[in-house]
Amino acid sequence: MVVGGALNMGITEDRMREQQPLHDGLFSWPDAQPELLGSQCNQCGEHAFPAQTSCRSCTGTDTQIVKMGRTGTLWTWTIQSFMPKAPYHTDETPESFQPYGVGYVELENGLRVESRLRENTPEQLTIGMPMQLEIIPVRVDENGIERVTFSFRAQEVN
Amino acid sequence: MDVAIVGVGLHPFGRSPALSGLEQGANAARAAMADAGVDFKAMQFAFGGSQDGGNADSLVNLLGLTGLQFTNIWNGCATGGSSLNAAYSAIKSGQYDVGLVVGFDKHPRGAFNPQPKDWGLDDWYGETGLMLTTQFFAMKIQRYMHDHGISNDTLIRVAEKAFRNGSITPTAWRQAALSWEEIANAPMVSEPLSKYMFCSPAEGGCALVVCRADMAHKFGGKPVILNTAVVRSRHYGSFEVFSPAQAPEMAQSPTVTASSAAFELAGIGPEDVGVAQLQDTEVGAEIMHMAENGFCAHGDQEQWLADGVTEITGRLPVNTDGGCLANGEPVGASGLRQVYEICLQLRGDAGARQVPNAPKVGYTHVYGAPGISGVNILSI
Repeated sequence: MVVGGALNMGITEDRMREQQPLHDGLFSWPDAQPELLGSQCNQCGEHAFPAQTSCRSCTGTDTQIVKMGRTGTLWTWTIQSFMPKAPYHTDETPESFQPYGVGYVELENGLRVESRLRENTPEQLTIGMPMQLEIIPVRVDENGIERVTFSFRAQEVN
Repeated sequence: MDVAIVGVGLHPFGRSPALSGLEQGANAARAAMADAGVDFKAMQFAFGGSQDGGNADSLVNLLGLTGLQFTNIWNGCATGGSSLNAAYSAIKSGQYDVGLVVGFDKHPRGAFNPQPKDWGLDDWYGETGLMLTTQFFAMKIQRYMHDHGISNDTLIRVAEKAFRNGSITPTAWRQAALSWEEIANAPMVSEPLSKYMFCSPAEGGCALVVCRADMAHKFGGKPVILNTAVVRSRHYGSFEVFSPAQAPEMAQSPTVTASSAAFELAGIGPEDVGVAQLQDTEVGAEIMHMAENGFCAHGDQEQWLADGVTEITGRLPVNTDGGCLANGEPVGASGLRQVYEICLQLRGDAGARQVPNAPKVGYTHVYGAPGISGVNILSI
């Protein structure tokens, strides 16, 4: 089971809960090694995330879904220090909210994808650092299913 | 046919708890018409916009049901720029002789909370905490500081200047100058930007009376010529707010394309501008917009701010009324406030904040989500 942990929501007792993506099509699922999914234009070759059926670059309408890997480098970053208002929707409360990192991660295909980051202090974040994908819980929905999304974290040194 | 601005009016930005957004817009419209020495019956058309204050054309209930053409404009933070652009075209085309441009707003307290669906995005983007304009501006200046050697000191200097200018602007929301220490030690909001480095959503209204320049003498006051009013949206590859991804190859921002088009149409260059208003929803925006509008090279801002070039007494005064930082941002009115301030400066009516040496050319720039810029060049 793939479980991240950047959201501090006390999910440890629920490790056996069924998980589903918050939104379909953002990453490969189920997959032991999930990758971001995007689209590639069959006319000009440009990538897009999330996947779309038209191309922002050449205006064409012939695209295909492609896997975009699970690693990249940090292009820029910030830290979200206060709990956002709606439409932000997690299981957090103003009391349990923890600041989270946000950044653009440059993938191997060159596309820069905006993502939550596990690291949430300036000392942990540097432009150019290697990053890797992880899947993190967002909230438990009305059916008791844990909804998950993509995030990045500093690449683990093997 | 040249276009002139013959009346300017403001309902001061900040909080007006007793007044609706529309009432603040009507106050601004009446002030602009009084400045021009005309009444609403003389207005042949109006363009207006508001995000949270109601439909602009409802203003006719307050101003009078005269049957004029009243068109609502909505272009995010660039609404004022787009409204003035529409009025400029209406007069340039010969369709009308005189009309009103008005913007107003009344936002709830706290940060904006845009809805993903309104911007062509799915709910996950907002639900997982990525849809905050504050994050985008923080990430854009973070990368910019990395690429162009801009220091945190320069961020502080921009905020210091804004609140100092606000303290001598009677209509500004923020009337207190802030010390270096107060700005430097304020709570962090979105790294590297702290509390006093962001403007806040606010309330207020602003209006302009525009006419054919050859009729300007019929109105009271000193006319200001609107040389160009240009609005541009983003190209593929520019780094914009509310973007789940960015293309590998960077393109110029819509500010660059709007600015260069405006200079070309006006037949002048950045060196001819004597006073400027640049969108400063946060300090990083003012810094980046100095270069994107062609006034300096990327990275020069570090020296410019240290040397006071953009102070009221400097070579190119920027945001002389304290900008968005000291006035807050009622979205529908904000772009027009910039034009209001430039008109006062060119007319010599700016009081304690008057730029010395009687500038002849002024410049305004507004930027909005999801990647749109409006530039106006004005002269006297």
